[in-house]
Amino acid sequence: MLNYFIRRVLASIPTLLIVITIAFFMMRIAPGGPWDKERSLPPEIEANIMKAYDMDKPLVEQYFIYLGKILVGDFGPSYKFRDFSVTDLLMGGFPASLQIGGMAIFLAVIFGTLFGAMAALRKNSAADYSVMTMAMTGIAIPNFVMAPVLTLIFGVYLSWLPVAGWGDGSFQYKILPVLALALPQIAYIARLTRGSMIEVLHSNYIRTARAKGLRERLVLLRHALKGAMLPVVSYLGPATAAVITGSVVIETIFDIPGIGRYFIQGALNRDYPLVMGTVIFYGVLIIVLNLIVDMLYGLLDPKVRLHD
Amino acid sequence: MSFKSRTGKIFSALTLTLSLLGAPIAQADTTLRIGNQGEPASLDPHFLSGDWENRIAGDLFMGLTTEDPEGNAIPGAAESWTVSDDGLVYTFKIRDHKWSDGQPVTAQDFEYAMRRILLPETAAEYASLLYIIKNGEELNTGKAKPEDLGVHALDDKTLEITLKGPAPFLISMLTHYTAFPVPKHIVEKYGKDWTKKEHIATNGPYKLVEWLPNTHVKVTKNELFWDAANVKIDNVIFYPQEDAAALIKRMRAGEIDCIYKFPSGQIDWLRQNMPEETKIAPYLGTYYYPINTKRAPFTDKRIRQALSMAIDREIIMDKVLKTGELPAYSMVPPGTSNYKEPSYVTWKSMPMADRITKAKELMKEAGYGDDKHLKVQLRYNTDDNHKRIAIAVAQMWKKIGVETELFNSEVKVHYAELKQGNFEVARAGWVADYNDPQNFLFLLESTSKSLNYGNYDNPEYDKLMEDAYLESDLKKRAQIMGKAEAIAMEDAPIIPIYYYVSKNLVSTKIKGWKDAINDTHRTRWLSIEN
Repeated sequence: MLNYFIRRVLASIPTLLIVITIAFFMMRIAPGGPWDKERSLPPEIEANIMKAYDMDKPLVEQYFIYLGKILVGDFGPSYKFRDFSVTDLLMGGFPASLQIGGMAIFLAVIFGTLFGAMAALRKNSAADYSVMTMAMTGIAIPNFVMAPVLTLIFGVYLSWLPVAGWGDGSFQYKILPVLALALPQIAYIARLTRGSMIEVLHSNYIRTARAKGLRERLVLLRHALKGAMLPVVSYLGPATAAVITGSVVIETIFDIPGIGRYFIQGALNRDYPLVMGTVIFYGVLIIVLNLIVDMLYGLLDPKVRLHD
Repeated sequence: MSFKSRTGKIFSALTLTLSLLGAPIAQADTTLRIGNQGEPASLDPHFLSGDWENRIAGDLFMGLTTEDPEGNAIPGAAESWTVSDDGLVYTFKIRDHKWSDGQPVTAQDFEYAMRRILLPETAAEYASLLYIIKNGEELNTGKAKPEDLGVHALDDKTLEITLKGPAPFLISMLTHYTAFPVPKHIVEKYGKDWTKKEHIATNGPYKLVEWLPNTHVKVTKNELFWDAANVKIDNVIFYPQEDAAALIKRMRAGEIDCIYKFPSGQIDWLRQNMPEETKIAPYLGTYYYPINTKRAPFTDKRIRQALSMAIDREIIMDKVLKTGELPAYSMVPPGTSNYKEPSYVTWKSMPMADRITKAKELMKEAGYGDDKHLKVQLRYNTDDNHKRIAIAVAQMWKKIGVETELFNSEVKVHYAELKQGNFEVARAGWVADYNDPQNFLFLLESTSKSLNYGNYDNPEYDKLMEDAYLESDLKKRAQIMGKAEAIAMEDAPIIPIYYYVSKNLVSTKIKGWKDAINDTHRTRWLSIEN
């Protein structure tokens, strides 16, 4: 297991290097630069700025300068937010995204599997149809519709919760964004669980378990649910990465100081170091979470063994 | 305890909890909460470029001059000044006041700041605004030393600024953040980190409490500010939220007190539901379409004139924008200081039908008509209003036989292409940095490389602008610039569409708010009544 782990970590280094290289050059191909804006800069000023950020050097040289810097953990200054380094911004924003995203994923797993399993056990009943209808609705309503509706109801009309903002980071500010982020995930996980649960309930090993005279509750919890969780677990890898790195839409609507908006702001501002920082951050997160998913598979599914 | 009173207590506890969850808790201090619509790039006045940054920086720092409630320049860190007869040398007497850390504000702080912003290695985006100072441009391009700059501290309280040419707008320009002082003793000690909350010292009405990126910037009253006795609001919180629809909801829920620049799309709803909060006022800016004068057939003046004439600006104002913008027939908006009535296009008062006829004639003379249509590509950057205006313009041009192709791109790409001259007709806008016609008309000088998008090049125009720079008599200067503008309007290298208005939402409990032509509303003039 340990060997497997080390090998996977080593294998991720070239993957990351490829990601960095492609992102670095693709970003530069995009038309428009960091200082093209509503008010164009006089050429002499632009020259000063290009020089200050090494951007007057050939692109390949800039690439190697950048690689050298990230090796020592320096992700550079943000072009747009000049008082902060990219590391400052990402580390400053991650806690908020992690909290909101973590809570949303937690809710999604609990309620998603619960509803999904319930629907599967009462297949084709009224309960099943209503859960699935709600799930379809949840998936179909985009969060840029859901979030404003939630704020209008709970913030403006009922005045129970703040419309937006982070305040001092207290719980009341997190309720609506977590809800808005969790609802589609709950819906998606419920559908996944239902599908795989129905399949598992028809499988041989469940029949064996029942034939052995195991109590139905044990059959369901120990055997069926474990098997039914497999697709959910593999979905959770990338889903968790996506949710805890923040949702641009949710963060914008609720004005949450997370890192999700840096993905968009970085790209729109052509803030090259910020774009690279977010790409690397996201890449590492995906790699780590996929590794965790693979290791969980080894625990959940007897057919999968992680070979050294 | 009776059942009834217990239920009553539970009920009131419940309502209390709910109200605590919702409405902000009443504070003894007064706090102004601003929907500022943008995260500041920095708190260092030398690294700013946007109005949302100016709002914060202007509460923290104060230049030699500052804005009154209506945006006019009044004495700030300088209590008085004298001007030499040729209008070239200004001598400022620095007010006896202190940085928020207790150190005195000196003329050396100003000298240091102006040298710093112009040093090439500072890489300040907005440094060119100070090119009017002697050797400003030379210092910024590495051709002069900091000591050569025409800014000298004669003693602790006397600052002398020498200009390249007489600039009657200097006093108004000095309210701008590029001319703010920085605390020399702190910048030298902490370098790049001087704006961190544990280091920064300010000389304005407020001082920094905290800046949490993408959360808020909070400032509190600076008790050492020279006019602290008259500052009524204790704290200001600037929220960076950009989603205007969400901001309006927050204002309705009482979470914020004012929103700068609401989107036109909401205007009907706002007029109906928040008429008292909706503040619309003239603003020093012009929305225009530059025409690429170097690309055929737009090299032909008649075609440019026809394109401008055929646009029914009044319809765009009434049916598309609906927020009280004024149709534009000149580059310089009316009401600009140091000017007369702008030099409008000669056909301004011609009825629309006559204008179409005249435009058609011009097109015919240029070789276009029913048998040969002119094809124009009209570029605009992504924005609902830009798009709607472009569609309307395309319809209007159809009447004179012009086929328009609309081309949309994001703002970075749009301006990159404009700068390189890769366009035929495009959308652009200009908001003044200081209240003077020169700040609009310089855009069309042939030497104004990055901003003269259409590459307009008329030696006569350049000569007049050059004369205006050297003229110290205000009246004559206005006449000369008026002549220059008239020439440009006749040559039509740009199509003025409308003059901007400022669009703000201000809670009725905020008092002291006045319309300001530069849309600058410093917190020190405001108060909050509950």
